[in-house]
Amino acid sequence: MSAIPAENTNKVFPELQDIETAERPPIQRRVRQRLTSRGATAAAVIIAVIWTIPTFGLFVSSFRPEDNIKGNGWWNVFTDWQFTLANYEDVLAPGGSQSPNLGSYFVNSLAIVIPGTIFTLVIGAMAAYMFAWGRFRGKDGLFIFVFALQIVPLQMALIPLLQLFTQVLKIGDLQLFPSGTYAQLWVAHTIFGLPLAIFLLHNFIAEIPGEVIEAARVDGAGHSTIFWRIIIPLATPALASFGIFQFLWLWNDLLVALVFSGGGADVAPITQRLAELQGSRGGEWQRLTAGAFVSILIPLAVFFGLQRYFVRGLLAGGLKG
Amino acid sequence: MEDIAEKGLQVVVALAIFAAIIGVIMLIVDRAPKSAREKVQIAGFLTPALILLAVGLVYPALQTTYLSFTNAAGEFIGLDNFVWMFTQPEALITLRNTVIWVVLVPLLASSIGLAYAVFIDKARGEKALKALVFMPMAISFVGAGVIWRFVYAYKGAEADQIGLVNQILVWFGQTPKQFLLDAPENTFFLIAVMIWIQTGFAMVVLSAAIKGIPTEIIEAARLDGASAWQQFRNVTIPTIRGSLIVVVTTITIGTLKVFDIVRTMTAGQYETSVVANEMYTQAFRAGEPGRGAALALVLFLMVLPVVVYNARLLRQQKEIR
Repeated sequence: MSAIPAENTNKVFPELQDIETAERPPIQRRVRQRLTSRGATAAAVIIAVIWTIPTFGLFVSSFRPEDNIKGNGWWNVFTDWQFTLANYEDVLAPGGSQSPNLGSYFVNSLAIVIPGTIFTLVIGAMAAYMFAWGRFRGKDGLFIFVFALQIVPLQMALIPLLQLFTQVLKIGDLQLFPSGTYAQLWVAHTIFGLPLAIFLLHNFIAEIPGEVIEAARVDGAGHSTIFWRIIIPLATPALASFGIFQFLWLWNDLLVALVFSGGGADVAPITQRLAELQGSRGGEWQRLTAGAFVSILIPLAVFFGLQRYFVRGLLAGGLKG
Repeated sequence: MEDIAEKGLQVVVALAIFAAIIGVIMLIVDRAPKSAREKVQIAGFLTPALILLAVGLVYPALQTTYLSFTNAAGEFIGLDNFVWMFTQPEALITLRNTVIWVVLVPLLASSIGLAYAVFIDKARGEKALKALVFMPMAISFVGAGVIWRFVYAYKGAEADQIGLVNQILVWFGQTPKQFLLDAPENTFFLIAVMIWIQTGFAMVVLSAAIKGIPTEIIEAARLDGASAWQQFRNVTIPTIRGSLIVVVTTITIGTLKVFDIVRTMTAGQYETSVVANEMYTQAFRAGEPGRGAALALVLFLMVLPVVVYNARLLRQQKEIR
């Protein structure tokens, strides 16, 4: 939504990635600092504990037998050591509409998120390239307009977009983007991701040295050659950062899914199923705890595995939501 | 397995169609007659993004604005939807809650994030300490909803508690409490979830900014005998002011649009609804698209000044450089 001031980002990234190399005060000062900041350290530890305990409690609970989860608090595991994988088997196994069936919804999430991310990246990069290197009248005005579209809240687009899908975009009785398939979700996610994608990728692509592009042009390369052979490879770091961001955002989305998915096991993502389970079976903690962990597995893996890109994307692009 | 194969096929087909469309665009762009080539190329690269944005954001935003002046039957009713919003008790509660959210979340998330960033700066294990507080950022709002409903879980006073907060109350000799049901304080317990998520964002961005402060400034302040608090007050805060504003405005925008937390934890009942959630309820559950649209428009008007302020600030900073 908003960018961090540029003068900070440049200086900040290297230090963020390897804190070890950050400058350190001389030894005696370090000692003094450590003594005076004992209170600060204690406060930091308290914050860290408060921030971690809720997730930890849920994680421990998801491995406890049903009766234990419902019978007493998860902190009792320290005295009553009982663990099981039954909850995970229960939520993942395919079954009738009564069972959580999260395996299916997990696949749906992947099927929604992967194309949704790729479409946004490709279409966004193409437009970003033209905004950065094309020469045409009204370029700046158009770019500012696209940038400004970020302020339109998702909520404003939902009702008319749904009407478009169901009533306008069809040939005869055949909907171009049929209800109850992934198609509507892909299109909706791509549209909502584009303003930020174009803006961020433009900023990066515009920084590519002009000589590289000029040289290719002199050699007779057209825009399509330059785009695929030069721009895309050089912009990979930016594409990766934004791609991860878009991936997580789509994975965690609930609102767009609620409006466009129809809600069945054929299409709906895991977040939607989890929200349903909370509503209809609010007390089935053995299912909710395991289900919640299945749903946050991928984001956590992405987060811990690609934290560096994630942080970079965050610093460059701010939040979306 | 069949299920996965079938869904995988859908994804592959979609990606193939997408690749074919992009391929055709590239082909047209490359084969265009020399005289018009530049124009065709620019159009080819920009058209997909511009069509999607026009259809999916610009038109819907205008349509929503129009819808907000109509009733459920689609008749023009002037400002009635807005009158409803600012006079009906339930709608007023929604507005009041949104204001409480928007004041508390940015303020507390930024302060705690800043404090934490300062406390752990250059501490041992800084990376791990950061990851702990940052982790909720990767968790979906729906997942966070499950986690916190479990923390707030309630059992009658005679039974063992399974929710941590109620257990703590019991340990201190209090009676357990229905955290999510008792208005008006339940709104604050929902807000805690959003703060839990957003603090990590504030912490990462502000920590990066703190590391960007030139060491000479800090050295100078130390030599002048500034205490830790004075340093923080007179050196750190003014230097990272830009990042601080970005963090506060970004969280403010995210908070205005908050939907998932309220939807999954209370569904907006028990006087906890906020504008973004009420918009969904009215438009897609209560069959009042006009009211939903009016709420979306109000949301847009609330977001607008924050974004404009942010954009102007960024431009000023660019000019200074």
